[in-house]
Amino acid sequence: MTGALLKIEGLTKAYPGVVANDGVGFEVAPGEVHALLGENGAGKSTLVKMIYGLVKPDAGAMTFEGAPYAPAEPRAARAAGVAMVFQHFSLFEALTVAENVALGMENPPPMRALAARIREISNAYGLPLDPARIVGDLSAGERQRVEIIRCLLQDPKLLIMDEPTSVLTPQEVEILFRTLRKLAAEGTAILYISHKLEEIRSLCDGATILRGGKVVGSCLPREKSARELAEMMVGGEFAATTRAQRKHGATILEVANLSLAPMSQFGPALKAVTFSLSAGEVLGIGGVAGNGQEELLATLSGERPSGIGTVSLHGQDISDLGPNDRRRLGLLAAPEERLGHAAVPNLSLTENAILTGTVRRPLTRNGFLNIGAAKRFAEEIILGFDVRTPGPQVAARALSGGNLQKFVIGREVLQAPEVLVVNQPTWGVDAAAAAAIRQSLLDLAAKGAAVIVISQDLDELMEISDRFCALNEGRLSAPRRTEGLSMEEIGLMLGGAHGMQEVAAR
Amino acid sequence: MITLVKRPTPSRGWAFATPVLAVIATMIAGGALFAALGKDPIAAIKVIFWDPLLGPNAAYFRGQLLVKAGPLILIASGLAVGFRAGIWNIGAEGQYIMGALAGASVALAAYPAESHLLFPAMVIAGALGGWLWGMIPAVLKVFFGTSEILVSLMLVYVAQNFLAYAAFGPLKNPEGFGFPGSRNLQQYASAHNPELIAGTGMHWGVVAAFLAVIAIYVLMQRHILGFRIRVAGEAPRAARFAGVLPARLVMFCLGLSGALAGLAGLFEVAGPNGQITDSFNAGYGFTAIIVAFLGRLNALGILLAGLLMALTYIGGDMAQLMLGLPTAAIQVFQGMLLFFLLGFDLLTHYRFRLGRARA
Amino acid sequence: MIGGIDIVTLVAALMAASTPVLLAATGELVAEKAGVLNLGVEGMMILGAVAGFATAVTTGSPVLGFLGGALAGAVLAGLFALLTQFLLSNQTATGLALTLFGLGLSALFGKGFEGVRPPPTPKLDFGPLSDLPVLGPILFHHDWIVYLSLLLVLATWAFLKFSRAGLVLRAVGENDDAAHALGYRVIAVRFAALAFGGALAGLGGAYLSLVRVPQWTEGMTAGAGWIALAIVVFASWKPERVLIGAYLFGGITALQLQLQAAGYAIPVHLLSMAPYVITVLVLVILSATHRHGAPAAPAALGRSFHASS
Repeated sequence: MTGALLKIEGLTKAYPGVVANDGVGFEVAPGEVHALLGENGAGKSTLVKMIYGLVKPDAGAMTFEGAPYAPAEPRAARAAGVAMVFQHFSLFEALTVAENVALGMENPPPMRALAARIREISNAYGLPLDPARIVGDLSAGERQRVEIIRCLLQDPKLLIMDEPTSVLTPQEVEILFRTLRKLAAEGTAILYISHKLEEIRSLCDGATILRGGKVVGSCLPREKSARELAEMMVGGEFAATTRAQRKHGATILEVANLSLAPMSQFGPALKAVTFSLSAGEVLGIGGVAGNGQEELLATLSGERPSGIGTVSLHGQDISDLGPNDRRRLGLLAAPEERLGHAAVPNLSLTENAILTGTVRRPLTRNGFLNIGAAKRFAEEIILGFDVRTPGPQVAARALSGGNLQKFVIGREVLQAPEVLVVNQPTWGVDAAAAAAIRQSLLDLAAKGAAVIVISQDLDELMEISDRFCALNEGRLSAPRRTEGLSMEEIGLMLGGAHGMQEVAAR
Repeated sequence: MITLVKRPTPSRGWAFATPVLAVIATMIAGGALFAALGKDPIAAIKVIFWDPLLGPNAAYFRGQLLVKAGPLILIASGLAVGFRAGIWNIGAEGQYIMGALAGASVALAAYPAESHLLFPAMVIAGALGGWLWGMIPAVLKVFFGTSEILVSLMLVYVAQNFLAYAAFGPLKNPEGFGFPGSRNLQQYASAHNPELIAGTGMHWGVVAAFLAVIAIYVLMQRHILGFRIRVAGEAPRAARFAGVLPARLVMFCLGLSGALAGLAGLFEVAGPNGQITDSFNAGYGFTAIIVAFLGRLNALGILLAGLLMALTYIGGDMAQLMLGLPTAAIQVFQGMLLFFLLGFDLLTHYRFRLGRARA
Repeated sequence: MIGGIDIVTLVAALMAASTPVLLAATGELVAEKAGVLNLGVEGMMILGAVAGFATAVTTGSPVLGFLGGALAGAVLAGLFALLTQFLLSNQTATGLALTLFGLGLSALFGKGFEGVRPPPTPKLDFGPLSDLPVLGPILFHHDWIVYLSLLLVLATWAFLKFSRAGLVLRAVGENDDAAHALGYRVIAVRFAALAFGGALAGLGGAYLSLVRVPQWTEGMTAGAGWIALAIVVFASWKPERVLIGAYLFGGITALQLQLQAAGYAIPVHLLSMAPYVITVLVLVILSATHRHGAPAAPAALGRSFHASS
């Protein structure tokens, strides 16, 4: 392709112990939507950080509009016409929309003029926003709009989007795609990072596939099947999960009319959550993060006890019991945040095994720690769940996301729970580890335990859950059988487009 | 270019080495300070660190070492437990005063009756006094969410004023010819906390300090409660997930450190100091913060750090006598030590890496 | 006159009594808005007190004294910034160290200045305005630092609310990682905010030794720095409320002194407790009412920032 907007050659970046990018090269033309496809840890984020001036490459060269391009900092990248929407939003919750936008601009106009511009641009692209609102009060989809508007106000020539749809409902994704297509038609190049294959097939004009920091291929995504793309991305076939006969037993857990005040200033409240769960069943709870997932896990695990009579296990009211009492009765949990919630970063794996293991495993004697037993428990987890680590003496934070997640899930599964609640079990985990984790949850259910999987990954929930319900703004929809559920129906359960207006211009 | 890289696992080697490095750096910087004050730096360092232990009059000073180290170690072991949990009691000075006041009040109320039960009663009163004073920030934090840092510190000033009030008012020695200050407990056999072995400086407070070190060591390294305290300090959310109730932890940590500080105050007023005066407190409560950090919040480390800090007190006194070095210089010295320690701590969690030049 | 207390004198006195904590609290507010908790205010104040005093006595110029105090506070804050921002030390522990160090250093420098009288700082001459009844003594009978402190509160408020730099500072305090991702220099912003905070704390300390007392004694700040920290919490990190908090505290101090002077039969030492007890009470009341509301503390307050990539 001649007349490339951005051309990258031999870009290399190494961190201690890992080469994040190794001689990466590709081109993006003006008006092209170019996909950067790869698994977690394939080096996509490092690559775009180099393009955006956040990370300096060790070697290699970039040209932008035909001129050498080596941004020393994001400011320089923005000045050249590169804008970026981050995966984890770079927003300031306590500030207003207009202030957030101003912070992302080089020479913002006065606030009043800026507010008017925000209204104008946001309406033109079908992403309405009130510039005076505090960002902390916005939904995830609305927050992303702030980021996009911030970029659009700079008239970028290249817009980088890092996993933009992970926080959106299917309807919101559709609206976003229309906006992006409109931008591309106007001549803006878009570098679109994702591991969601169907999205890339419907949106992108070209794709570069990364694996282990290297470019392993490029293609026209429309001409490939999702399966072919997946195999290029993962480098081989990967095992689908299997499960034994689904047979459901008696009702184990009942949650009735559970409401909970927000845990933090900008957090959601839980509103009259009601469901029940049978032995051997996997219940999938979908929804965009920040709609009460953390709160639901905290109240089920016992970290945030709820009102009397709201949670009962085997018919016994457990709503005022703490986490350890619930563990004693067989209700276990694995929170989303691995470092700092499910595990303590600076403590060893042995100590992290003690963290939740003392109730159902004999790791203490009269309150005194039995270090030997704890070490054996940690080794059992490491062996049983294929946790790649030199040994149980290693600090939790030294493990990769996937390995630590396997440890956390393994720690709970090996305690033989009757009910296990997990939140985002495969978030930020590579495909092989994710498949192993899903399989272990299915195996657990096959043995007669009830499992609740809270996840943003709808494909994952469709794959493993028997029934599906959606958590939206703290409300839980009525569970429905997963079989035969369409994406359209799921999207509506998830709250549709959250009041986003349809784009008039197609 | 040099860049910092976070270590995957904190370095144990550096964790032990940084206090030593900090002491050396402080000696160098302190020497420079003494030189700036017009003193011979080598002589000053020798007077402070060498003479009290091995100098000509060392026999006397060695006893003083335990007298000074006792309260520091006792207070610091309590503080370290809280610091580990991320609960910052910086009002130990106030708890120390209130412990002394409570214990002395029991003795002065009983005066002049002699009984073997009096001293144990004083010990209990001293611990209770410190515990109560420590529970104020704890209760306020638990029920109202106030900062324990600010409240415990404010209560130091309240305690100081209360001490002065007591010394000039209710506890004043009626036979003291109008001078402020209480009766001297050293002259009241049942209430006196005597030197147990002549010349060593060993009194019941030092015994209590050693016992506290052992107890804290076992608690923090071997018991589930100590484990939970460590988890709470490292990752509060993980602690809740593990079933720790933050309110109970706050009460336990502030109560424990308050009680130990109160005990230190009681042993001091009944022993080496002897009487309640408005200037009874000597800043042990604040110096103990340095001791706790210098000892890496670890019981055995605190034992060594307490002895070292006691040495600087004694050495400082000697340097004042022999070289005319101001007492405040030692305070600066102690402050510097903490600075260097905190700075060098970087090496425990990070390592330096020489960045590659860009191609 | 109410119960032997002259209200006009009290109000006039509270403005002077509040000035040191007002200055220190305003400075700390800026530092905390940038996301750094500097518990060393007490240490910076007392170093400012001795440095200001020594400079003024040596040069004979109170103005140079105030500058010296501010500089000393800023230098000490720079040390804190060096440790917490570059060497990534724990902010709580480093702040405590700063206080202990400042107290020691001030005692060392202060030797030889005890019992000396500093050159006087005159009250500004407002001509006939000073003779107005009630308003005259309250508003037009102070030295220039009192007015400067009010001006600084106003300037801080305007800076944080309207200026671009103020917006960046708040952004850094809210989400340091996001600010870094947008290309702002988190550490430089925090360094500057800390230095400003230190300078104001030092200035407040110098006001204490040059005007309020006026002489140098060891440990003369007597917790004023800690009270300044409490006032920032009380103020919910809003400059205008810092003013209210500082004047409330100053009022209590002034009232307590006047009660002592009025000869009430309350022991002096119990009266002297009042400012500290009331600070605690105010914190309790405030925290209790804010339990479920918006505490408005900067979200990144007290966190170390290290750009990992």
